[in-house]
Amino acid sequence: MVHRSSVPMHWRLYESRYNLVGNKCLVCGEFFYPSKIVCPNCRRRGILKRVVFSGKGKIYSYTIIRNAPRGFEKYAPYVVAIVELDEGPRVMGWIVDSKISDIKIGRRVSVVFRKIYEDGKEGLIHYGFKFRVIDEK
Amino acid sequence: MFGIVGWGAYVPRYRIKTEEIARVWGKDPKTISKGLGIVEKSVPDLDEDTITISVEAARNALARAGIDPKDIGSVYIGSESHPYVVKPSGTVVAQALGCTPELMVADLEFACKAGTAGMQIVLAQVMAGMVKYGLAIGADTSQGRPGDALEYSAAAGGAAFIIGPKPAVVIEDTYSYTTDTPDFWRREGQDYPKHGARFTGKPAYFKHVINATYGLLEKVGRDVSEYDYVVFHMPNAKFPIKAMKHFKIPKEKYLPGLVVTKIGNCYSGSSLLGLSAVLDIAEPEQKILLTSFGSGAGSDSFSLLVKDKILDVQNKAPKTRDYIEKNKEYIDYGMYVKLRKKLKI
Amino acid sequence: MRNVAVVGVGETAFGEHWEKSLRALAVEAGIAAIRDANIEGADIEAMYIGNMSAGKFIGQEHLAALAVDQAGLVGIPSSRLEAACASGSLAFRQACLAVASGEYDIVIAAGAEKMTDLQTEDVTTTLMGAGDQEWEGWLGMTFPGLYALMARRHMYEYNTTREQMALFSVNGHKNAALNPKAQFPFEITVEDVLNSPLVADPLRLLDCSPVSDGAAAVIIASEDAAKRFENPIWLIGSGQATDNLALHDRKSLTSLRATKIAAKKAYEQAGISPEKIDVAEVHDCFSINGLIALEDLGFCERGKSGKFVEDGNIERGAAVSINTSGGLKAKGHPVGATGISQIIEIVKQLRGECGKRQVPAEFGLTHNVGGTGATVVVNIFGKELKERWV
Repeated sequence: MVHRSSVPMHWRLYESRYNLVGNKCLVCGEFFYPSKIVCPNCRRRGILKRVVFSGKGKIYSYTIIRNAPRGFEKYAPYVVAIVELDEGPRVMGWIVDSKISDIKIGRRVSVVFRKIYEDGKEGLIHYGFKFRVIDEK
Repeated sequence: MFGIVGWGAYVPRYRIKTEEIARVWGKDPKTISKGLGIVEKSVPDLDEDTITISVEAARNALARAGIDPKDIGSVYIGSESHPYVVKPSGTVVAQALGCTPELMVADLEFACKAGTAGMQIVLAQVMAGMVKYGLAIGADTSQGRPGDALEYSAAAGGAAFIIGPKPAVVIEDTYSYTTDTPDFWRREGQDYPKHGARFTGKPAYFKHVINATYGLLEKVGRDVSEYDYVVFHMPNAKFPIKAMKHFKIPKEKYLPGLVVTKIGNCYSGSSLLGLSAVLDIAEPEQKILLTSFGSGAGSDSFSLLVKDKILDVQNKAPKTRDYIEKNKEYIDYGMYVKLRKKLKI
Repeated sequence: MRNVAVVGVGETAFGEHWEKSLRALAVEAGIAAIRDANIEGADIEAMYIGNMSAGKFIGQEHLAALAVDQAGLVGIPSSRLEAACASGSLAFRQACLAVASGEYDIVIAAGAEKMTDLQTEDVTTTLMGAGDQEWEGWLGMTFPGLYALMARRHMYEYNTTREQMALFSVNGHKNAALNPKAQFPFEITVEDVLNSPLVADPLRLLDCSPVSDGAAAVIIASEDAAKRFENPIWLIGSGQATDNLALHDRKSLTSLRATKIAAKKAYEQAGISPEKIDVAEVHDCFSINGLIALEDLGFCERGKSGKFVEDGNIERGAAVSINTSGGLKAKGHPVGATGISQIIEIVKQLRGECGKRQVPAEFGLTHNVGGTGATVVVNIFGKELKERWV
């Protein structure tokens, strides 16, 4: 599919996907990850400032994907979760490196850098963030 | 004085036992594991590669160094399993660390010593005042030909070193010994390396490790017994232990760095993971001797002095032994073949 | 604004139609609707098409033109509407607004989707276009996966059980067994659901609507024009609303805010409350979404849908007859066609034409969702015209 092979489409998102760079609105104080183009609360009256998220958060919900879309077949089954970052926003990401029995709603996680997708044998390798369960409370 | 301001390690959590591989190939597991001195080795997950390993190791190094990543003026990643043949791993890692855009980057290859080669380059740049800090990484997800002796040892892992002023560990000096010796190689486009079997011993590993170590000792004017820890490259446990015996180094000085027994040979990450394991526990005033080996062939030897500052930074990131011992999960040969993509999938 | 009525309905059977192309399915449904209305094709003044992703499924865009072309009606204005799985309802609503405005007297609104020309992994990938491509699709998420995240939260927040979700599929299949157009016209049990393979934990195969081909069409007439027809069924309330596209941006995973907003508007316009609804077609793309719909539409309290279903309240003739057509799960879900097909079932129930699945019905409701709830359309229909709906 074209959106998986596009070069500029993914390059534009490297910084946000590699380093969890989002933004916050200085007017209403809300944090956003991914970045918002315009503050949804204040719209044009909002002032958006770059924020680097700590990568720590907790599991809000999770599932195990067994029927994968094209290109992800070899990874199945994989765990995908919605993680609530400590700063507020929720984000979707895989949970890796963790025992299945440790993956529960409320468990603390920390971000890791992993391959997301390989565009076949000839295309680019896309990297980004995933999460692993950590011990801290 | 310049040296290591921060170091970090990363080893993937999957393990396959030597006896499991031996079982599949009809070999006696006790003979193999005793001969190589390897009990189990690390296996990367499908979503891991030299770049992802480098990023985690480097982020750990940055946590210890406590510096602004924008002050890192150069990044060199040494590996024999860079994900791309053309497109440097270093640019992805530099971006993921927040170092871009004002820095120098290039990827290195010299079999298992590409990481220490990177350290020498970065040290020279720091000493010359070209950069304030430099980052050198040795990392690999090495491949073993199915059924070959190297399949028992080829493993995955990496370590990163940020070098600069006011270090926690001074790099006193370095010495290299290099010749054209074809003990182990891989041609363009080939999946697996080839090697000279017994030729990889005396004319290759031992000649270069021993000569490089003597050369370094002479350069710094020390006797080998002055060192508290010694780390040599570890293609298995047998070779480095034999080299240690040659220098009469007692067990307690080399066992802490002998990571190969539990994770196998991480190639460009091998001696560097041994070094990071030692730095995790080293005390001020101690001295460390490191000699790497890369097939082709060459060895880089370093003399290191631990400073007080090490106590401030040791606990700022996960320890090498944490990655080696904690959270591991054993897999069987079938899963190993799937993860290492030995089946053309 | 004038009132509008549905005066003709027609649809294909839903299923795997290897021999029929998208254009063939669309024309079949259109002709069936025209025949049902007893009008001539030339009476149609404008066409509204709902389709989610013909561009990816069969490489075809500009469907508005393709539709009039294949129908033999070139010349008239034609538009395609898209809101993922709510595309059909969007086409219907825009068609109604155009007629209500006074611009047209008789128009056709149709929905169609051809999904089986691609292999399953590519269908899964294409359907993710209904989510956020940059932050959900890019990492290999699937639609069952997104709804599984909602299901797990619903189980966590309200102790909803696997059995309660399964009962929703069981109810749909029971009705589909009596629907000759359904893709799976047979009953299933709770055990069948719980033994079916896991797709995205906790959702199993029989919690998920299938991949289907199909088309559906309705003829819409203005208040004056409707007088010519035998049994016009009136649109007495309609609401359309949106929510954040990505699931992780929603305030809650266990309720669709857009359903609540759209339903409130529809109930207000119709001047009735949820208890008055006799029959409803709700969007059970996955069993959990059927449960959540019951809560958001006001048929039961928040969090109590599991028990509501368990106590038999959605069966034919019960408190509210849910998905007498079989719903998306058992009737099939050719994405763009679903919104129209739901309307057809309600219209037929209100006309009294549903044969063995007929229930006593004075007011009917349709609930059509796009993606994981970023678009929702709710329509309410009645047999009589009481007051102006807009």
